[in-house]
Amino acid sequence: MSLAQALARRRASGRCGFVPFLTAGDPTLAATRGYLEALTRAGADIVELGVPFSDPVADGPVIQAADMRALKAGATLTKVLDLVRSSRGNGLRTPVIVFTYLNPVMSLGLAAFAKRCARSGVDGVLAVDLPAEASGPLSAQLGRNGVELVLLASPTTSDERLRAIGRKSGSIVYYVSREGVTGVRRGLAPRLAARLKRVRALTGKSLIVGFGVSRRAQARALARHADGVVAGSALVAAAASGGKKALAKAAREICGGLAC
Amino acid sequence: MKARPGYFGLFGGRFVPETLVEPLRALTKAYAKARRDPSFNRELAAELRDFVGRPTPLTFARRLSAQLGLKLYLKREDLAHTGAHKINNTVGQALLAKRMKKTRLIAETGAGQHGVATAAAAARYGLSCTVFMGTEDMRRQAPNVDRMRLLGAEVVPVSAGTRTLKDATSEALRVWSATSSDTHYVLGSALGPHPYPTMVGDFQSVIGTEARRQVLAACGRLPWEVVACVGGGSNAIGIFSGFLKDKGVRLTGVEAGGRGIGSGLHAARFSGGRPGVLHGTYTYLLQDKHGQVRNTHSVSAGLDYPAVGPEHAQLRALGRARYVFATDAEAVAALKILCRLEGILPALESAHALAYVLRERRRLRKGSIVLVNLSGRGDKDMPALEPYL
Repeated sequence: MSLAQALARRRASGRCGFVPFLTAGDPTLAATRGYLEALTRAGADIVELGVPFSDPVADGPVIQAADMRALKAGATLTKVLDLVRSSRGNGLRTPVIVFTYLNPVMSLGLAAFAKRCARSGVDGVLAVDLPAEASGPLSAQLGRNGVELVLLASPTTSDERLRAIGRKSGSIVYYVSREGVTGVRRGLAPRLAARLKRVRALTGKSLIVGFGVSRRAQARALARHADGVVAGSALVAAAASGGKKALAKAAREICGGLAC
Repeated sequence: MKARPGYFGLFGGRFVPETLVEPLRALTKAYAKARRDPSFNRELAAELRDFVGRPTPLTFARRLSAQLGLKLYLKREDLAHTGAHKINNTVGQALLAKRMKKTRLIAETGAGQHGVATAAAAARYGLSCTVFMGTEDMRRQAPNVDRMRLLGAEVVPVSAGTRTLKDATSEALRVWSATSSDTHYVLGSALGPHPYPTMVGDFQSVIGTEARRQVLAACGRLPWEVVACVGGGSNAIGIFSGFLKDKGVRLTGVEAGGRGIGSGLHAARFSGGRPGVLHGTYTYLLQDKHGQVRNTHSVSAGLDYPAVGPEHAQLRALGRARYVFATDAEAVAALKILCRLEGILPALESAHALAYVLRERRRLRKGSIVLVNLSGRGDKDMPALEPYL
């Protein structure tokens, strides 16, 4: 089942897809395993698992701090992939997107990484600092192994590039609803609905939308225009302050706004 | 040599989050357009003359040369306005920002020289200015923090990660990704995503163009070797560019050896690193076996960075330039010698280039002409030098 099909199935059941993000290994890989279960119970349709990186230029302070904690606790790209594999062994069925910076992937080697993703039961890969123009080599390796590449689109992406992103991405495109980095914000970007319509038309792909979603009201407003809503910093912050219980509560809060 | 735009052989590229792609495309286009416009080039040349004080002199280091048995010439970028070569690039980028109708400049800084040069250019061209600086660097380059503020810039302390240039650069990229509609990011070295390595290299090429002419005028022939320190590598690429086609001229870049390669406390990317991606460019990078960027150490904040400019990676791959390192102790010793024998206080960064010449004096051919890029002055290093005095 493709990522888009997972979202479509949820849509058919009367709500927009819920795509929570977690930094793997924060505070430990064992804790992340428990968090994955909690998110699944809270209604996750796809989980985005962040691979911690020493220099996360696309991330705001919450995820930066989570990355530093995870690295300090010993998380690495291969350990994160192993975590997915063992969670699959324990019955995790939710599709997983690995969200990573490019350098750990290059360090492991694109072919080895793609094989290992497939073997671990990873469904999609989003390399945040790999724009569509340079995505060919990774895309080829992932394709060979049946893993989807997830590309980003943003408020500034030109029409010409939206088309290219649509051609090069797997079954979904991740729309970054705001300029800047990840983090919790109050409202939603202006004219988001119209923009999403255009991005959908030009890419021809299902859209998951994120960057800044923390509240039920935002989720509700997005649910009408997106196939999936991503929540990251709000969940990472909740887990950091109150562990699994707080994470589940924050996830239910956002997921509760996704009925449509 | 550049088959793909933005690449230097295998190296370079534009590996950035999607929110930065369009701002970088717009910048690439605007820069190419400005370069084709004679009025831009005229304006830049006039500003380099009247504001920066170019051409900077070539100084024959008489006493040190006698001691070394060489003819040592110093390209005096320390005499450029604000005290280092950085101003060549910031004036160029600020003029470009004006053309792009931006109202604000942001910059990262390590030693503070790029921050000061950006602040000065912002003041001259009526732009507002924010500089990101690691808190560790603010401590060891305190005089430059005050200078930036005096020049009207806001200095934003960055306490993430290693609290040095690397983290200041990450923060500048993050802020730019949210503010690019009215803000230009003045990246300070020949690093980062396309078009920065090319653009910064172009703006710094004035060093090499002048130096080549000056050495020929002084000596009637080309130097045996050209030496420059390499952090990101903008002063080095600037002076090397004048001699790239002179195949007989040896080009040597000197990285920061810190406390020695064996100690792990250094910033010698070519000695201890392997290719990877940081801050948008594929180049030699100090990293662990999992692809996490390693911490660096150098007594000089300006060389304390885990990646090297991609054009240097290519020059090394082609065998056109070679890269060595000098340790903290060697750099401090070289700095003191230049003070005592020539009456010049060089920046700790530039002292690495001198340290190489001092160390290799026996290997350098007797009587040969050696050109060192004295990329900056050392006044800013007084707090860092205190333990060595």
